[in-house]
Amino acid sequence: RSLQLEERKPSQQIAQRRVRKRRRLRKVRRRVRKSREEEERKQHVQRRRLSSSSDDNSEDESMSEGEMARLKEEVEEKKKLIATLRNKPWRMKRRLKCLKEAQAFVEKFEGALGKGKGRRLYAFKVMMTKKIIKFNRDFENFKTACIPWESRIKEVESHFGSSVASYFIFLRWMYGLNLVLFGFVFGLVVIPEVLMGMPYGSLARKTVPREEQDSAMDFSVLFEFGGYCKYSIMFYGYYNNQRSIGLLQFRLPLSYLLVGVGIFGYSLMVVIRTMARNANEGGDGAEEGTFTFCWKLFTSWDYLIGNPETADNKFASTTTSFKESIVDEQENLKDENIHLRRFLRILANLLILCCLGGSGYLIYYVVKRSQGFAKKDRNELTWLQKNEVEIVMSLLGLVCPPLFEVIAELEDYHPRIALKWQLARIFALFLGNLYTFLFALFDEVNSKLENEKEIKNATIWALKEYYTNYTLYNNVTENIPPPNISPADVIRGPCWETEVGIEFVKLTVSDIQVTYLTILIGDFLRAVIVRFLNYCWCWDLEAGFPSYAEFDISGNVLGLIFNQGMIWMGAFYAPGLVGINVLRLLSSMYYQCWAVMACNVPHERVFKASRSNNFYMGLLLLVLFLSLMPVIYSIMTLPPSFDCGPFSGKDKMYDVIMETIEKDLPPFMADIFSYASNPGLIIPAVLLMVLAIYYLNAVSKAYQNANLDLKRKMQMQRDEEKNRRNNKDSTNQVMKDLEDLMPNKSLIPPPSAEETEIPADQLRKSPKVTGKPGAAATGKGVHVQKDVSLAAANPRAPVTRPPGPRPPGPLPGNARGPPPGQGMGRGRGGPPPRR
Amino acid sequence: MGNKQTIFTDEQLDAYQVRDSLVCIFTFFLHCSLHGRYHELAPHLVPMDYTNDPDVKVPLALIVNMPELKENPFRNRIVESFSEDGQGNLSFNDFVDMFSVLSEMAPRELKAIYAFKIYDFNVDNYICKEDLEKTLNRLTKEELTPEEVNLVCEKAIEEADLDGDNKLSFADFENMISRAPDFLR
Repeated sequence: RSLQLEERKPSQQIAQRRVRKRRRLRKVRRRVRKSREEEERKQHVQRRRLSSSSDDNSEDESMSEGEMARLKEEVEEKKKLIATLRNKPWRMKRRLKCLKEAQAFVEKFEGALGKGKGRRLYAFKVMMTKKIIKFNRDFENFKTACIPWESRIKEVESHFGSSVASYFIFLRWMYGLNLVLFGFVFGLVVIPEVLMGMPYGSLARKTVPREEQDSAMDFSVLFEFGGYCKYSIMFYGYYNNQRSIGLLQFRLPLSYLLVGVGIFGYSLMVVIRTMARNANEGGDGAEEGTFTFCWKLFTSWDYLIGNPETADNKFASTTTSFKESIVDEQENLKDENIHLRRFLRILANLLILCCLGGSGYLIYYVVKRSQGFAKKDRNELTWLQKNEVEIVMSLLGLVCPPLFEVIAELEDYHPRIALKWQLARIFALFLGNLYTFLFALFDEVNSKLENEKEIKNATIWALKEYYTNYTLYNNVTENIPPPNISPADVIRGPCWETEVGIEFVKLTVSDIQVTYLTILIGDFLRAVIVRFLNYCWCWDLEAGFPSYAEFDISGNVLGLIFNQGMIWMGAFYAPGLVGINVLRLLSSMYYQCWAVMACNVPHERVFKASRSNNFYMGLLLLVLFLSLMPVIYSIMTLPPSFDCGPFSGKDKMYDVIMETIEKDLPPFMADIFSYASNPGLIIPAVLLMVLAIYYLNAVSKAYQNANLDLKRKMQMQRDEEKNRRNNKDSTNQVMKDLEDLMPNKSLIPPPSAEETEIPADQLRKSPKVTGKPGAAATGKGVHVQKDVSLAAANPRAPVTRPPGPRPPGPLPGNARGPPPGQGMGRGRGGPPPRR
Repeated sequence: MGNKQTIFTDEQLDAYQVRDSLVCIFTFFLHCSLHGRYHELAPHLVPMDYTNDPDVKVPLALIVNMPELKENPFRNRIVESFSEDGQGNLSFNDFVDMFSVLSEMAPRELKAIYAFKIYDFNVDNYICKEDLEKTLNRLTKEELTPEEVNLVCEKAIEEADLDGDNKLSFADFENMISRAPDFLR
């Protein structure tokens, strides 16, 4: 059948399709007409019956039961048609007509389907469904119109292509995530404390100590989050450990802990959901190499480009990409000195490891030094010394990536692979820096804990002394009123959580500053210089060095991801940090949009963003887990400060949960929890999960194998078809060999018969041959006077008999056989010479 | 857009706006602004009042000057494949159709169908080698040498042609494009 289809002209096919469609439409119309007539008849009957006897439902039913069922079916069909009308590639007019017909039909008969008394209810239900659908659609419209910054991003997209725009879409997504986190923290922790907790100045933890009160309002102190800032809602230490506050008995410590953990839970859920959605849209992704040229041909143009400059760049990059693929295709692996290459690569990796190690050590050293500085008087320190840690970390983040790029020149990788290496190295750099910073911080925390023990002892001792003095002077041993010291004078513990929170906030703020400054100087100033100095400079600044900056997508995305990691880590100790981040993302969106449009030029190699989406999400997930660990560790193992924060006075932070279970929940819940936390239950559960993972892994491998098998079968079938089409004769090497081995038939038919066969043979072949473009039609007329090629040796000719004695005249091998060049139509090897 | 008022009957609006999302462009405002855009292309030709369903077509030359299409190397083919007469003259229905399919919310299968139509230059329901050559030349602004063009087209046919007729039917095309990770724009 496929052969026949091929031979018909395409216009005939179109005509056939039209005829078929018309027939289908006619059938539908006939059915509609029939059912309409039936319905009219039924209504007529009903009316007559209703007029005579009112509640004769049973008779109605028995009469039109089958018809009702059929009618219902048709109505459902129409509804389905309406739902899928959008996906049909019809012309608008036709779709509208079809829609009107279908809707009229549905409206007319839907109401009629309800029987008698239930009719009104059915009609009501139908009406409500319609209203709900309309409401949903309006809501969708509203939601689409409400997406923030859409026009801005589209503008960037049309100028710079979809990859740069994907960064801004990612930024917007982050903003949404942070907004939700901010809502949690603000609504469940900050607002209750502010509204229902004790005000500033009432407790020791909420008041600036007497010694610091003079300088508490200074800008420099505030800028480092000391002074009034330190004793505000922004940090952990401000929150009171009162078990339940206010009229509603809001349990603040419990809420604090749950929100702290809930932040991670929510982020995890959102990230995984987005990853799953991206993976779905990826389609069933064939392997990379299968459709290279096709995809390049059909999908390289970005239909959203609206700017001539970008379009030019896109043309150039498409051309380059094609040339690359062509070269790839035709390449002979010039293996230059492979040993030299390997040596250079190892050298490069060593250098980079040294860099990473060096930067890690530098950070550790600087943090240790800052601890030393903290012991000295603040006024003696220069600004540089006070902010050393942050400056060093930001500088490292700025300097190292270009350094890595320079070193990577040694390696001589394919650009795609080089980019992956670069991203991996930057990731390792940031990670290393962050974790070194954390370790140094934890060292400090431990030393503070030691310090705290002393102060705690000192406070207890002071209290005891006060009591003894009181009893001494007033001769009362019970009901001694607590010491009447103003909160500002109380001895304070070091409160390590607030210190940690301050460190994170300072880090974030300095990161923001560095980013903005980089954009201002690196992009804006550079553009201004290039633009205006170009008039009076020896070489063309715009074309050569330094020219305008390109937007560094990967650097920016990684920066965003790590910034988010820091927020996640610090949010537990500094609830105000999430608010700062929201403001930062908001301003970043406007600032970077402006900077991109004003100072950057489109990339020379405009590439697509699609595949990378899940890659960045994967990175985000990894960073999420890595920032979860320190927080969970500190919740589980470190003891909270004794005099500040919502957990003060407890042994461990999670004791709040235990307390809640014991005191607030009904007793059987406590039993359930204690059973659930029994190792005897947990270990089997973990084992079960491990087994489940193993099983699912095995199943997925089996599916993959089945997939490969099917692909292979399809490929084989394809090849078979092609072989069959191009050259009927040599389908199978084995068959050919078998043919060769056939017995020698000495009963050779006379040459005339042979010659008459030949034209028939050729005739059989010629329609196929003419189908191929470019191939010369080897009809009967062609007598290729080739050199004698013994017929048996020609593998293309159908071997039906061994070569007989050659008659005079054109040799059978020449006259009959289509020239050997035809066999190359299979496409193997290089392009056939004919074309 | 501005203070122009475009006029449709409620019924027409409903039908366009769709009981069940017929058109992939959703918003009422967007739709009216679409008509505004349509009107802007040929103000003397396109009436503001559509209540009588006038039969007006805007010629190809005016449509390809729209900013969204101006830089697209396939703009002529795009407009031609959405027009009823195949010459590129779009009525308002066709115009809405075109933007609906090109929008982000169109389903993948629909886009595949129209992509096939766009790349089929000689409108024979197959993408043959000449079609591919034309596509490639438009994509690279004729920067490739003829041998390179030849090679690319042949490789493309070899990769995607499943039934061995040396040109791509819709089934071949759909099979190939549905696996492409980049195909949504």
